[in-house]
Amino acid sequence: MDEGDVKAPTSLLPLTLERVCFEARGRRIIDEVSLVIRAGCRTVILGPNGAGKSVLLRLCHGLLAPTSGKIEWNAPDREAGPRKQAMVFQRPVMLRRSALGNVAFGLKVAGVKPAERDTRALFALERVGLTHLANSPARVLSGGEQQRLALARAWALNPEVLFLDEPTANLDPGATHEIEAAIAAIHAGGTKIVMVTHNLGQARRLADEIVFLHNGRVAERATADVFFAGPATAEAAAFLKGELLW
Amino acid sequence: MDTIALALREAVAMIGQLDPKLVDIVVLSLKVSLTAVAVATIAGLPLGAAIAVATFPGRKSLIVVLNALMGLPPVVVGLLVYLLLSRSGPLGELGMLFTPAAMIVAQAILITPIIAALARQAIEDAWHEYQEQLHSLGAGPVQSALTLLWDTKFSLLTTVLAGFGRAAAEVGAVLIVGGNIDGVTRVMTTAIALETSKGDLPLALGLGVVLVSIVLTLNAAAYLVKEAAQRRYG
Amino acid sequence: MVTARRFVLAALAAFAAALAPGANSQEKYITVASTTSTEQSGLFGHILPNFEKKTGIKVRVVAQGTGQALDMGRRGDADVVFVHDPAAEKKFVDEGFGVDYKQVMYNDFVLIGPKSDPAKIAGGKDILAALRKVEGTKAAFVSRADKSGTHAAELRYWKAAGVDIAAQKGPWYKETGSGMGPALNTASSMNGYILADRGTWLAFKNRGDLSILVEGDQKLFNQYGIMLVNPAKHPHVKKDLGTAFINWVVSPEGQKAIADYKVGGEQLFFPNYKGG
Repeated sequence: MDEGDVKAPTSLLPLTLERVCFEARGRRIIDEVSLVIRAGCRTVILGPNGAGKSVLLRLCHGLLAPTSGKIEWNAPDREAGPRKQAMVFQRPVMLRRSALGNVAFGLKVAGVKPAERDTRALFALERVGLTHLANSPARVLSGGEQQRLALARAWALNPEVLFLDEPTANLDPGATHEIEAAIAAIHAGGTKIVMVTHNLGQARRLADEIVFLHNGRVAERATADVFFAGPATAEAAAFLKGELLW
Repeated sequence: MDTIALALREAVAMIGQLDPKLVDIVVLSLKVSLTAVAVATIAGLPLGAAIAVATFPGRKSLIVVLNALMGLPPVVVGLLVYLLLSRSGPLGELGMLFTPAAMIVAQAILITPIIAALARQAIEDAWHEYQEQLHSLGAGPVQSALTLLWDTKFSLLTTVLAGFGRAAAEVGAVLIVGGNIDGVTRVMTTAIALETSKGDLPLALGLGVVLVSIVLTLNAAAYLVKEAAQRRYG
Repeated sequence: MVTARRFVLAALAAFAAALAPGANSQEKYITVASTTSTEQSGLFGHILPNFEKKTGIKVRVVAQGTGQALDMGRRGDADVVFVHDPAAEKKFVDEGFGVDYKQVMYNDFVLIGPKSDPAKIAGGKDILAALRKVEGTKAAFVSRADKSGTHAAELRYWKAAGVDIAAQKGPWYKETGSGMGPALNTASSMNGYILADRGTWLAFKNRGDLSILVEGDQKLFNQYGIMLVNPAKHPHVKKDLGTAFINWVVSPEGQKAIADYKVGGEQLFFPNYKGG
């Protein structure tokens, strides 16, 4: 389903972060990060636990405000239409309604007309293979099903950018595979993917480029093949070997 | 024990015969308390949701005050509303004193804090769970509050029932602002108070049995609704 | 501020009009502030239907103590006041709150006590002597202590008996601050003495060991008066309807209805309206 007709002339991307810091409870979690995220490839933010990856993602998505520094989308004052960036969290949050209802809710918030909502929602469910559960209460679905539902909800919005925060951290390999397939499909449809993971295997499978975060700083950034073949920094090398980093 | 046995017999007899005076009193009690609950719900739910979702200076103090207001003594509320509605009071022109409307006002004032405070608690818990996701989807504060209200509707049903229970059980407020006028403002609780003061304890207790039965039935019905719905929606 | 208040009034008035069953403006009614003795004895239940059938005017009785009833009159929350404390009634009229005052009936007080009768007053015909004996033996005595007509009478009797009750009361003197019924309940549960109006006593069902021990003393007669709340002070008072009620109570028909009211074959209230 294409939203070509309503597409605005300018894209949201690139997203520019300039010397962004984020402090909480006296700790500096993000330390002077300057980054430009461009359209096209699948960007994976990699790093050990506690590196600040989730916080960085939330800063980009707009859930957190930086303590200092600037975060700017390319066309911030573009007329507000359906929300053009979405996020999938590590633990999916489902409303007390059916699977279809949850996806339709996302469309409702985005201002989609009632007549269109159910059709678009059903289509999204189809794409993640959940059509048979459309009328089931979302909260009784399995972890994998709920995460697919979360993806469907985000996908239905036709976002330009999709942020994902460790989406398969709590899932079994079968479910993980299904999620990764869906992410690939979303990307193929033209959505920019920015994903956080600490799982090396997943990064190898999905990433086009790697942003390696350590102690709140961008330690290294490279295309995936370059990074995995031979990382430039010692920390990244240690991480790839499987060593603990802090 | 004699009195209680007599009371149960009186209660059964009253209900069985559908004594018209009893029916009138029961109908009026339900009208007053249900209307009061409706008003308190319309006022209290959005208030509770707003406090749960918004951040503003003094929020914690407001929550403390709201919780404390749950314990408003009915007789004090009755007295205050009486002074407001008395002909010598600021709203005397309305001539509302000693009418069921005055009783509804007093009970609504009494239970709005209960509904608001309990709703706030339920909604705040849901808010903690949903906040990031709602924000991510782009929902603003009003839409978030409405979504939370709808999503917690079965917990809120329990809240509304708690409010109704309090209204149906109180006598202090309705006695003062209603005047317990026979056929006009006599409700179950004031009738019980009257019969007790006349020394007709079996009748008073019998009325009490009827009152408790009604409240029990309503609660049972609501519980069943909740159960059925939770099975459907999770 | 003024416009805000007007808006609130308008909204509330619409609400009141829409909701209040029985506060129907089509229905003619008056609000009568009276005492618990007239209502709980069943007198009003007996005589009011006659008046309502005859005139189509509904009488809404708010029954409380005399003090509270007169206060209701002062605030203008009633149209007619019907109580039994001549001294307080006179003050009410003198202060300009009541007009068209008429004495309409009397009932009598009785001294109630337990079968055990520690003060040995049973069968007596002298209320003052009986009270002196109660105080002398410090037997349990329950007082309403609620500024009611009955309470005012009780205090007068103590005074007339030469007992300075304020100074001489002790743990034996229980002040409940309540209506006649609850006070009787208290007396019944503690087997105490109590002054009550005959009407409430006859209708009272929770007697326990209590019965009438002293009655018939002339001093025990209890005069009831009725008056209209002064329309000059409270213009909204339903002057015509209220006056119609007062006139009916003192009319031969009303007086007969009062006399006809019996409980267990006994007449409770004795009409004594004199005048033209």
